[in-house]
Amino acid sequence: MRSKSQARPKVGVFKFASCDGCQLSLLDAEDELLAVARAIDIAYFPEASSIMKKGPYDIGLVEGSVTTHHDAERIQHIRRQCRTLITIGACATAGGIQALRNWAEVDEFVRAVYASPQFISTLKTSTSIAEHVPVDFELRGCPISKHQLLEVISATLAGRKPNVPTYSVCMECKRRGNVCTMVAHGTPCLGPVTQAGCGALCPAYNRGCYGCFGPMESPNTASLSQQFRVLGQSSGDITRAFRGFNAWAWPFRQASGEGHRS
Amino acid sequence: MPRFFRLDEPALDGLIEALRQQGYTAVGPRVRDGAVIYDEISSVADLPQGWASEQEAGKYRLNRDPSAGPFDYVIGPSSWKQWLHPPEARLFAAERENGAFRILPNTTSAPRYALVGVRACELAAIAIQDRVLLGDRYTDPIYQARRKALFVVAVNCTRSAATCFCASMQTGPRAVEGFDLALTPVGNGRQYLGETGTDAGAAVAGELGWPEAPPEMMSEAAETVRAAARAQTRNVALEGLAEALTAAAEHPRWETVAKRCMACGNCTLACPTCFCTTVEDTSTVDGARAERWRKWDSCFTQSFSYIHGGSVRTSVKSRYRQWLTHKLAYWQQQFGTPGCVGCGRCITWCPAGIDLTEEARALRA
Repeated sequence: MRSKSQARPKVGVFKFASCDGCQLSLLDAEDELLAVARAIDIAYFPEASSIMKKGPYDIGLVEGSVTTHHDAERIQHIRRQCRTLITIGACATAGGIQALRNWAEVDEFVRAVYASPQFISTLKTSTSIAEHVPVDFELRGCPISKHQLLEVISATLAGRKPNVPTYSVCMECKRRGNVCTMVAHGTPCLGPVTQAGCGALCPAYNRGCYGCFGPMESPNTASLSQQFRVLGQSSGDITRAFRGFNAWAWPFRQASGEGHRS
Repeated sequence: MPRFFRLDEPALDGLIEALRQQGYTAVGPRVRDGAVIYDEISSVADLPQGWASEQEAGKYRLNRDPSAGPFDYVIGPSSWKQWLHPPEARLFAAERENGAFRILPNTTSAPRYALVGVRACELAAIAIQDRVLLGDRYTDPIYQARRKALFVVAVNCTRSAATCFCASMQTGPRAVEGFDLALTPVGNGRQYLGETGTDAGAAVAGELGWPEAPPEMMSEAAETVRAAARAQTRNVALEGLAEALTAAAEHPRWETVAKRCMACGNCTLACPTCFCTTVEDTSTVDGARAERWRKWDSCFTQSFSYIHGGSVRTSVKSRYRQWLTHKLAYWQQQFGTPGCVGCGRCITWCPAGIDLTEEARALRA
């Protein structure tokens, strides 16, 4: 535990290509927000405050993926400014849903979407922060769990290891007493290959897991794909199942058929 | 000496009511989310009358079956472990106080459960958890408190699922011990043969004034349960099994099964005997309060075998081997029985459909 005399750690929250939902998890921690604000110095958080203090920072929380030349340079600068860099959410840890562009021609999208495509400058890919700079800790999820975010902050402040398990969603699902949606209903579920953290939210409502928390520690996607086939899923269905928020995470990318165009 | 009684459906309802009157929380089978699970019940109306389960490796379907009595679902995904050895339990909480810390008392008193519908295989599983959690120098106080307060109404199986193999494990389908009362559905599940197992069970039976069972009812009950045993299609050959598995440490079958195993942990958490837990410490953001929690763990996770420097069992193959050999071989040396009771949950609820009986057979070849 840090003693009172020590300065509160200076924290910066940085956004890349993302929907802002993960940063909002911090603001969403309503009951704990005052305690968080007392324990850390939120020095840079444009989403929450117009006061933006300059670095360096003790902890940098990075949301979003790298999709532009500008952002590819900016993350290098942020890395140099942060002693500990923690990436938050599927965009930052895997490239996010926007990584679907990695299988397509981004120029076609630009022409289809923008009235004046000549003003758009973008990379052909959406990639995770760890593909650009060394990352100290990755917090998964689309969005992240506010409990896990608070856990990482509390553990960092207390000098202990955060309880962020890397095992499957099934562990949380069975502890919660859910009926297995795949076995009992024949609903395809990514739970067995997806990292825990959400509390098995979708299976609790009889939906298969969408893989929001990305690949678990030892994802056997080949076996799960085989089981999906037994349940009547086509190759296209399986590709689409793995090409969600964590499509570009290597085990899911591979399982979705690396060479396939969507 | 056990005594035998005849019960009809209102008498079963009366039993549930009497247990509730005595301060027990009655827990029994009921339908939820397309399966029969164990949860609180208040009357026979909550029981899964008219439902039958279809079970295969990696597959479970609950189907309407007008001929099915309230206990013809056989077994479902949940086990009584959830009630006796809870999935998550707070071990203690502490608060910072004047530069030191104070351990707060755990004030929650143990719930008194009356379990209604415990199968013979599940009684065997409870007996195994008793040996593990109470039978040593170290007893588990959470389990002990719940276990002491327990009232058990066993129900003998008159149907078997395709994944059942209790007969070969010599744990069922007839409940022999470990119950206060045991019921056997007879006459198409509309009546029950009641049997007392303990003084507590006899006291309840006496209080409710059940009539004595006629001899023909007893022979009908015995035959129905024997028929359920004969209907079982899966089995594990116990003779020489521990030695054979111990000798099969380098068998190529481990590689084959590891290709299918997802190390998701479902088998271990569905298993009524698996008892492993992990411990997590939590603290509040301001560091003023800390708690220690115990949660069900699985030997299929990487962290389970983590020691300084890394995990001992890095491959899924080594984890599956650890689990199966512990269940069917080393458990015997450690606790005097196999760790498997033949309920078949690990088979039905494996999302990859891995069949323990098939693996055990292949490993002996």
